Amino acid sequence: MSEAVKFNIRDLTVSYGNFKALHNVNMDIIENKVTALIGPSGCGKSTFLKTLNRMNDLVPNIGIEGRVLYDGKDIYSGYDVITLRKQVGMVFQASNVFPMSIYNNVAYGPRIHGIKSKKRLDHIVEESLKKAALWDEVKDRLNKDALSLSGGQQQRLCLARVMAVEPDVVLMDEPTSALDPVSTVQIEDLIRELKEHYTIVIVTHNMQQAARVSDFTVFFLNGEIVEMGSTEDIFYNPKDKRTEEYITGRFG
Amino acid sequence: MIKKYLIWMATIITIGILVAILGYMLVNGLKFVVEDEDGIINFLFQAPKKAGKEGGISTIIANTIFMIVLTLIFCVPIGLGASIYISEYAGQRRSVTAIKFSIDTLAGIPSIIFGLFGFIFFSNYLKLGVGLLSGSLTLSIMVLPTIIKTSVEAINAVPISYREGSLALGATKWDTVKRVVLPSALPGILAGVVLAIGRIIGETAALTFTMGTDYRLADSLSSSARVLSTHLYLLTKEGISFERAFATANVLIIIILIINMASNRLIKRRTIVDE
Amino acid sequence: MSARYQYSRQLKELERHILDMGSMMEELLNSSIEALVDQNVELAEVTIEKDEDINNFAFDIEDRCVRLIATEQPVAKDLRLIHASLKIITDIERMADHGVDINKIAIRLANESYMKAIIDIPKMADIGLDMVRDALKAYVDKDVVLATDVCTRDDIVDNIYEDLFDELLEYMKVDSENIYQSTNFLLVAKYLERIADHATNICEWIIYIVTGEKKELN
Repeated sequence: MSEAVKFNIRDLTVSYGNFKALHNVNMDIIENKVTALIGPSGCGKSTFLKTLNRMNDLVPNIGIEGRVLYDGKDIYSGYDVITLRKQVGMVFQASNVFPMSIYNNVAYGPRIHGIKSKKRLDHIVEESLKKAALWDEVKDRLNKDALSLSGGQQQRLCLARVMAVEPDVVLMDEPTSALDPVSTVQIEDLIRELKEHYTIVIVTHNMQQAARVSDFTVFFLNGEIVEMGSTEDIFYNPKDKRTEEYITGRFG
Repeated sequence: MIKKYLIWMATIITIGILVAILGYMLVNGLKFVVEDEDGIINFLFQAPKKAGKEGGISTIIANTIFMIVLTLIFCVPIGLGASIYISEYAGQRRSVTAIKFSIDTLAGIPSIIFGLFGFIFFSNYLKLGVGLLSGSLTLSIMVLPTIIKTSVEAINAVPISYREGSLALGATKWDTVKRVVLPSALPGILAGVVLAIGRIIGETAALTFTMGTDYRLADSLSSSARVLSTHLYLLTKEGISFERAFATANVLIIIILIINMASNRLIKRRTIVDE
Repeated sequence: MSARYQYSRQLKELERHILDMGSMMEELLNSSIEALVDQNVELAEVTIEKDEDINNFAFDIEDRCVRLIATEQPVAKDLRLIHASLKIITDIERMADHGVDINKIAIRLANESYMKAIIDIPKMADIGLDMVRDALKAYVDKDVVLATDVCTRDDIVDNIYEDLFDELLEYMKVDSENIYQSTNFLLVAKYLERIADHATNICEWIIYIVTGEKKELN
């Protein structure tokens, strides 16, 4: 592949105490592409996602071995976590909008990173909400409580909040698992639009979603990568029998 | 059937006692609060005279307010700081269990012991004398467990996902606590503070040793100062004026009722936000 | 693997239906050749009517396939199986159509006295039908080796066809009276050669199901 590599993961092993959640994972994540991580619950895909922005640091007794290179730099040695998380944003499974106004939710990131000018914040809020395709729905009620939005709108607000800190990579942990089909389609459309400017890594339990939105698919099982490749290859003609069983829904 | 009857009886007795106490107080004292020998609601706005035998309770109310403010100034920052440490920073360390245990123990100690300690430590050892400052410091220690327990509960009730969301945006831990966790926990923390005010206002035993009984308006931190509860206690104990004792009790009860109602409202609001 | 039991059962059922359709077609072809050899008009007419059943059956199976796609969103091998099955249905249908054509010729030639004994045509039919049977067996078993073997047999049929072509040409040269019969036999031979091609197509689809690759094997 000639595309630029955004994340270069080498021999990554992650353990919680004695339990190895990830074992010897090697992967390249390609810039401006959508990479989908699939696999049964507890296979390590979410753990993997959270090593990319070091959200796993919060877990007690976690052990991380191997290298995770982001633009060639090891994020686990001498890399500032705050800078990393600014560059590698994350959208969570359940929307976690803060109990404050829509405006303040989006402005939260820029504010903690030191932007005070009201004019600049206004601009960032508008741009971010537009990127998340939410602006038209909320422009007249920016000062309303964010919790008054619908589930799908809240999830898009979370995306806007990430956009506001101008990340480079966006990680998504089952972003539509709690949403209705219409909101799901909206998020999926957004993912496809956003990949022009962002590298996206998404964990999903929805095979059709992985097939629809991603360029590359990685199948995890018991903390190891069973198979990875272009999404078309994985869903058209997977090489490994276990992948086949999983994507056709026959995984016992 | 008989069980149901017993439970019903127990409920009636509980409510009955409450109604009886309140009724007795209101019947005997409310009229005097509204109108005493010197005029309508004179009682609330006139300073006491002759050790409370005559006049009203205006200076006593003012002293009470001084005490509340002073106590909160000491205990809220310390309590909140401890709560934040326990729920956000301490993690699962063994020391946390010890801290939690000592807080629970502290909450169970009779207030007279706090009074004794305050008298020995603040009044004598630190030479603060008997007055507003010593009294408020003693009360601060006494209500600290209440404030810490309710605040820790309120902070723990803030969903983990809020913290994750904030941290994932590149916020520091302190930013997260300050800008997301504390604002979300505020109603719960306020409910705890209100509850603490309730305890402060009703306290007598801890104050008799440490704050003194001067019924004049306190003019310095070391002034001996009488508050509503001690006033009520002395009026009754010394047999100075039962009328005025009942009237004072009425004022106290009404204030505590208002405080409890405010606290309930805050707690209710918090649960709505949680959903 | 017990997961998606209903879905797996439906896929198995699909395979069985295609096998049934194949058997119907084989029967039709057998009768066609018999009608031609024995100059049995009655049999030919009955056999032609059976084509209608096969067409209806094909329509029914296609419908099942489309419903499976709509409701189960098959991927990978499952998707290839359904896609290939739709194609195989068409192949079987075409073979049956060729059978009908042979019956029509049988009726046409019923009152002629044959200029020679009919030997090569039943031989071609036998090989062709063998190929179809093995192709369908390979389809159910997903047997790539058997499928590849079936494809190689297409050459035998082609060779017989070419020999027969030359032979019939000779008959026509010798006596213009033979032209009518010869051209009809030539058509029958062509139909049988096409049937063998369809059997080869089925085998290519089997290889596609198993490997995901499309290969031309004849």
